[in-house]
Amino acid sequence: MSIWEYANPKKFLTTTERVMPFLWGVSGLLMVVGLIWGFFFTPDDYRQGSTVKIIFLHVPAALMAINAWFMMLVASLIWLVRRHHVSALAARAAAPVGVVMTLIALVTGAIWGQPMWGTWWAWDPRLTSFLVLFLFYLGYIALWEAIEDPDTAADLTSILCLVGSVFAVLSRYAVNFWNQGLHQGASLSLDKEENVADVFSNPLYVCMVGFGLFFIAMVFYRTGTEIRARRIKALMARERMEA
Amino acid sequence: MIALLMRDLRLAVRAGGGFGLGLAFFLIVTVMVPFSVGPNSELLTRIAPGVLWLGALLSCLLSLDRLLALDWEDGSLDLLATAPLPLEAVVSVKALAHWITTGLPLVLAAPVLGVLLNLPGQGFLWLVLSLFLGTPALSVIGTFGAALTVGLKRGGLLLSLLVMPLYVPTLIFGAEVARRGAEGMAVQTPLLMLAGISAAVIALLPFASAAVLRINLR
Repeated sequence: MSIWEYANPKKFLTTTERVMPFLWGVSGLLMVVGLIWGFFFTPDDYRQGSTVKIIFLHVPAALMAINAWFMMLVASLIWLVRRHHVSALAARAAAPVGVVMTLIALVTGAIWGQPMWGTWWAWDPRLTSFLVLFLFYLGYIALWEAIEDPDTAADLTSILCLVGSVFAVLSRYAVNFWNQGLHQGASLSLDKEENVADVFSNPLYVCMVGFGLFFIAMVFYRTGTEIRARRIKALMARERMEA
Repeated sequence: MIALLMRDLRLAVRAGGGFGLGLAFFLIVTVMVPFSVGPNSELLTRIAPGVLWLGALLSCLLSLDRLLALDWEDGSLDLLATAPLPLEAVVSVKALAHWITTGLPLVLAAPVLGVLLNLPGQGFLWLVLSLFLGTPALSVIGTFGAALTVGLKRGGLLLSLLVMPLYVPTLIFGAEVARRGAEGMAVQTPLLMLAGISAAVIALLPFASAAVLRINLR
């Protein structure tokens, strides 16, 4: 029993189909509970009023936006090294989810920033590097769409993902150097003392886990769709051959 | 390698090679800026370094799709791939040829255009130096983008979408050197970062470009 068994599309499909209902259920439940808890059962912050509550959407979305790219990076590496098609398809499936998460983080951040910072947008390092990440996602998806041959597309996008990751980190450093930001530093961490009161952080954790599971469920689901789409293509090609 | 370089240079300089087009584009972009923001010389002084860097970047970008596409169409890229020269070297030479025909003229023309934009006197040296250090990185990164999109029918726009985000760090540090130089501030940190990016990109990215080209030639 090893993780490479799931490189077999059939095995992948049967297993994910078994855990799918569970994943959808738990992630949906956690997101609903976390968001309702966060939006309606936390007190207003004494300085920020009720706008503080957008954190329950903003932080998990931003977290998943970065982790989705990271997952694509790992999947691309696995594809390049071991040539498992499921891995390449999973990277392809994760990109649109990641781009939506990035967009949610940017939009909710702007909505929060308008009353709090007095501006929708500032060229702050964190904001700017998220915008750059958004552009990287767009380029990655566009390259997948542009190339017809699936294996070539998988190879090229994988290399783009590797190179892009290095440049994304570089840009993050560059904008950091270039401009002091408005955005606060990390509010949650595993080892340091918390900057966020428990009333806010507990529902936030629930939301983060919910978003994480939701992302995994979406990737499984979309990967399954990609596998089936490719099977249909193969079947149609075979029929044309026989006819 | 030298033969290949000479061939690329000769092809670029001869009729239809597009040599000088990048330079003309640089000139046009720079001239259009005062038309769009107004001739206020104080404002122009402030934005001059950034505008010149952006213009140089755009003219680099526009010449990229010809970098490999012509060789791809007439099949000489296949010949180069089967030649004894490793593909990594071919890609590096291509990038070098692109830099000599596009990047270097930009570096030399930038001070003249700086006068048009009312760049302060102390800024000229740093502008030229930052472009001199930064444009090789633009060429090498662009070669990677060109290698990615070489097989595509209409790769031009996609090429820009792919290459632009990769240009971000170079642009930030390069424009920062030019801006600080123009304002008389210390330039050492961004200058070193810019040089570091160029050196790293020249050393590493040809491997990625060659890998991508091999996939496309498969």
